Amino acid sequence: MSDEPVRPGGDSGAGGSVVAAIGRFFLSGNTIIVTFLAFVSALFLGAIIIILATPSVMAAWGRFGQAPGAAFAQSWHAIATAYSALFIGSIGSPRGIVGAIASGDGHRIATAFYPLSETLVSTTPLMMSGLGIALAFRAGLFDIGGQGQLILGALGATLAGFLLPGLPIYLHLPLAILVGAIFGAAWGFIPGILKARTGAHEVITSMMLNYVALNLLTYLLTTALFQAPPRYQPVSKAVADTARLPHLAGPSLRVNLGILLAIACMVGVAWLLQRSTLGFKFRMLGANREAARVAGVNINRQYILAMTLAGAIVGLAGTFMVLGVDHQVASGYGGTIGFDGITVAILGQGNPYGVGLSALLFGAFAAGGRTMQLDANIPLQLVQVLQAVLVLFVAAPGVIRTIFRIRVRGAGRVFGGWSG
Amino acid sequence: MSQVEPTALGNRELRKDLAAIRRRGLAIALWVLAAIDLLVFARTTPPGSKTVFDLNAPPAFPVPAIHLPVLATLLVLGIVCALLGVAQYLWKGNPRTYLLLGIGLALSGIAFLAWAGRGARVDVEGLLMTSLIEAVPLTLGALSGLLCERSGVINIAIEGQFLIAAFVGAVVGSASGSLWLGLLCGAVAGGLVGLILAVFTITYRADQIIVGVVIDAFALGLTTFFLVSLLVPNQMTLNSPAVFGPIPIPLLDKIPVVGPLLFNQNIMVYLTIIILAIVQVTLFQTRWGLRVRAVGEHPRAAETVGIDVLRVRYRNVILGGIVAGIGGASFTIGSTGQFAHNMTAGLGYIALAAMIFGRWRPLGALGAALLFGFFDALQFTLSALNAPIPSNFLSMFPYLATVLAVAGLVGRVVPPAADGQPYARE
Amino acid sequence: MRLELRGITKRFGELVANDRIDLTAEGGEIHALLGENGAGKTTLMNVLNGLYRPDEGTIVLEGEDVHFDDPGDAIQAGIGMVHQNFMLIPVFTVAENVMLGFERTRRFGFLDRRRARADIRELSARFRLEVDPDAVVGELSVGQQQRVEIVKALAREAQVLILDEPTAVLTPQEIQDLFRVMRSLRESGKTILFITHKLKEVLEVADRITVIRMGKVVGTALPSESDESRLASMMVGRGVELQVTKSPPAPGEPVLEVEDLVALDDAGQVAVDGVSLTVHAGEIVSVAGVQGNGQTELAEALTGLATVVAGTVRIAGRDVTGAPPKEVLRSGVGHVPEDRQRDGLVGSFSIAENLILDVFDEPPYSRRGALDWNRIHATAEERMKEFDIRASSINTTAATLSGGNQQKVIVARELSRDIRLIIVSQPTRGLDVASIEYVHRRIVAARDGGAAVLVISAELDEAMQLADRIVVMYRGKLVGPYDQNEVSRDQIGLLMAGGSPAEVVAGGAS
Repeated sequence: MSDEPVRPGGDSGAGGSVVAAIGRFFLSGNTIIVTFLAFVSALFLGAIIIILATPSVMAAWGRFGQAPGAAFAQSWHAIATAYSALFIGSIGSPRGIVGAIASGDGHRIATAFYPLSETLVSTTPLMMSGLGIALAFRAGLFDIGGQGQLILGALGATLAGFLLPGLPIYLHLPLAILVGAIFGAAWGFIPGILKARTGAHEVITSMMLNYVALNLLTYLLTTALFQAPPRYQPVSKAVADTARLPHLAGPSLRVNLGILLAIACMVGVAWLLQRSTLGFKFRMLGANREAARVAGVNINRQYILAMTLAGAIVGLAGTFMVLGVDHQVASGYGGTIGFDGITVAILGQGNPYGVGLSALLFGAFAAGGRTMQLDANIPLQLVQVLQAVLVLFVAAPGVIRTIFRIRVRGAGRVFGGWSG
Repeated sequence: MSQVEPTALGNRELRKDLAAIRRRGLAIALWVLAAIDLLVFARTTPPGSKTVFDLNAPPAFPVPAIHLPVLATLLVLGIVCALLGVAQYLWKGNPRTYLLLGIGLALSGIAFLAWAGRGARVDVEGLLMTSLIEAVPLTLGALSGLLCERSGVINIAIEGQFLIAAFVGAVVGSASGSLWLGLLCGAVAGGLVGLILAVFTITYRADQIIVGVVIDAFALGLTTFFLVSLLVPNQMTLNSPAVFGPIPIPLLDKIPVVGPLLFNQNIMVYLTIIILAIVQVTLFQTRWGLRVRAVGEHPRAAETVGIDVLRVRYRNVILGGIVAGIGGASFTIGSTGQFAHNMTAGLGYIALAAMIFGRWRPLGALGAALLFGFFDALQFTLSALNAPIPSNFLSMFPYLATVLAVAGLVGRVVPPAADGQPYARE
Repeated sequence: MRLELRGITKRFGELVANDRIDLTAEGGEIHALLGENGAGKTTLMNVLNGLYRPDEGTIVLEGEDVHFDDPGDAIQAGIGMVHQNFMLIPVFTVAENVMLGFERTRRFGFLDRRRARADIRELSARFRLEVDPDAVVGELSVGQQQRVEIVKALAREAQVLILDEPTAVLTPQEIQDLFRVMRSLRESGKTILFITHKLKEVLEVADRITVIRMGKVVGTALPSESDESRLASMMVGRGVELQVTKSPPAPGEPVLEVEDLVALDDAGQVAVDGVSLTVHAGEIVSVAGVQGNGQTELAEALTGLATVVAGTVRIAGRDVTGAPPKEVLRSGVGHVPEDRQRDGLVGSFSIAENLILDVFDEPPYSRRGALDWNRIHATAEERMKEFDIRASSINTTAATLSGGNQQKVIVARELSRDIRLIIVSQPTRGLDVASIEYVHRRIVAARDGGAAVLVISAELDEAMQLADRIVVMYRGKLVGPYDQNEVSRDQIGLLMAGGSPAEVVAGGAS
């Protein structure tokens, strides 16, 4: 993501009137407008997919000759139902929220805010894995091992969570978080040191370690140490109450301290990249490795540090999931979140705040997708398709520029290939 | 030119050094195998135990099962392995670098089976059969990756190509009732995913790894979406294809052991062998192959001699997609029939690993795919034997082996020089 | 074959790289195209080669207009090109490289390797090129690779052969071999276009000379009626040669002391072979030599970037042998690397960031791991004024600057610290004349300010003029040092070519 460096402080020095500036912004195919158009395109493709997957609508199109209006009306209805369910499932119904607050009834308020709470719960691990992967991006590393690092983080937090019952919460919780971060860091350290010592490409090694982690998890869930007692099912013991992240809005809403910690991490990563000397080294490395070396940066040490740090942050994604929501791990824990973190990092252009917003969007998608599946009978996986299309267009801004005929000079590239 | 050429001399010496390092690494690997054999396996084997290796007999020539005394077998194989290590160490100017390691691995495999199956029967034919069948999609996926990467485009989208082709193969095969049509459509679907990859990475020069990863996510989402929304409600009409049956090759299928293994398989196995042979020969012996490799190594040099770099890349990425599509179709109409959620389960990434492990060479990819397939098949054999090895550790093998290979612990693998770099005319 | 260019114009945005170029080269002629770096030579060649399409003008071959859409068309028309950076595939054999793009095949597209080998052997024998078709190109020396490029062009039956700066990477011996090959090609009726900025070579080998400056043809000349100073003035556009004005040196304490240094290149080969050298405060020592004789590695070894296997490096009395780059820089060393875009700058960073590339973790730019952007920006504003860096603001990215301004950013960064030693590699490569003079002035000013300066330059004139003392590097070893007025330009030239110091200097050969 190095071709769009965030300028530290100050503006970019562009002159001219405000109108001219806005004009330039639109005509230059700027990132934000491209992202917006990519979003529109993704929703449009999603609409076509919804039509294809709804038999009644397809049937209406089959009778297009006789009743063209019905085909459009039915299509519109199906699309509107799905997307409004997506919206209501992620944010809630605005009228419902206002009404609930006006009524002052605690239970009604909780119900009205349930979608938002779910969005934030889904956002937390996406933001963490996106932040970790974005940090590695900025140092010129492609950490594709988010899944493994997330699993290790979850394992570490679980272990610390059930092994040390009886500790007070102010000791136990931080300790469990720390152990989760350390486990994730260890899983990031391996590709880092392999790259530093042998030049092995981190894309390959970290990807392979995902599967090692998955198998390790499955194995550990058969051991007496991890497996929950009667030992019939591949689930771990539950973490003690003292290691659980406290809820933020009462027990009926799942939103917990994790989202606040994730936001703190986002600010922390932004500070690290823009304001710290370590971040300066990372960015140098990501933008021009040779120049960094000549300027006296110990490249191999930064590789190890960046991967380890990225692993720790992604590990915290798993940690927050376990300590905040699930309280135990199961086989295949984390699903595709470690992978989704890559798309979140790309959508956020490697900028921590961009990553935060992308994670919020994907979190909303995840929460809304569940409602959409229930209420509109559209499978949840539609959001995965929407996300993929959105990120694909953002990763190749030229495509969007071609579709919408935006003129621009030069196309950036992010990453150099195996030997890079 | 009469004068000394320092650079030339230097590089030759360097290559000699590298060869020596690799020779030593390989020798050490062989010794480690021998040591495991002798120190771990032999020491934990009670004296007098025996293992029966079942070689299922084809109808014409029944082959008796082989009864092996475990301890003796371990000792012999361990010593042979150690000697192979010595030979590897001493064998200078070794042209077939991985030959001895391959033999050593095969011997260690036998030793392991003898040890793990002590006091029981090991279904060798079944094991080999499963390995071969597991290797089919892996080989095709690896060839897909290889076709792309030899021309300079990294293909992480193999997994996505597998999934979409498996889905299309099942639906078309089921709806039309024609498996051949299903296979064809699966291949075309793979090719279309290849085309998407090509448009984004070649024309728009988006990052190849990012596009590959995102295509995988897209394919998983899309296939699952339509599985849930369309296939599940219409299971009988849309997701119940027949599967390709075995086609015995007359006479050859009557050869003991080898016959049923290699000459009584379904079309996917034969197709894989044919595609592999074609890629191997054309890549290194024809004009097309020379140009592809040139484009993957040094695209600008290729352009200066009049080669259209972008066209070569487009063609290869689409071809790669088609090959992966055939591999994807083998998941449904080649074996289980029905399409299931995420049924490729990361095999597309193992295929990528097989390509790397096979050093970007078709035959190497086959070897790696067979090895990985063997380890996968071994899990079933071992669970049948109740062997004291958690199957998860066997599942890890391909991944760990690939990590070791890219880390250069057993000889360094070197990708094509321009692999992953978008190309723009000046 | 008669090659004629009529009014060729090529623009890149605002920049006019070629401005109505006319040029005529007859068959059987070695035609030199002479010009400074950046004069537009390579652009013109890429137009001829089909890589660029001219905005105006025509290419005429044997009286017929031709148009090239891609390099294939140019090859078809009989134009062969030997690029400055060879267009060879290192992992291919010579035969594979030569046949690529016009492969002879048997049935089903199978390569006819035997024919390719035979063709190469035949060409190699006819023009005495001594090329082995089965050698792997990556293992060949630079000179051999260049001959492979020539075979490549000849195998395509090129009638016009373009050599782009062919001598830049060759030893003097190899240059003579190349000239021999060029003459024998001329005998067989080929047209040779020899692109260079080296006056002596042009006078030695060319039949006719066209000089271009800033994209325009400024004149043609015959070697017999011309001499170096006339050509130079046409090329540079001034009557006088570039001259560095400086006062006599006042050397002080030794700052850099190198003893028996042995260092390796990236491939692990010995590139610096037992070098001893001392540079005192207040003097400039130049290292002259043909590129590729270990100068790059010498600079890298001194700054901790290359592997040192023997010997010692002391800076201001402190042993820094094998120390990491950071430690070397901290001991008071400024380093201007030879490849500024690759090693000296981060293209996507702003000028302000590039100005602190190797001091970002020192006060006042940072404290306890946190950068002080206000301080960094204020300093950048000062430096831009002081070093005359022309850009719209300190937030302009380095990649968008001209070469001269990029070099000024690096020089500003490296000279603005508390330094005792400056190592400058190829200080003015590819710069315009004004920037060259500016950089030279700065280097001399640093010397006058009491720093020890080591200049490494492949430009003999630059090395001579900046030097208070000069050494010559040849095959990893140093010859010298000599006081600047003790040796002549010719003597240094002979030493660069590997001449024995005893004969060259003592015998006064010239």
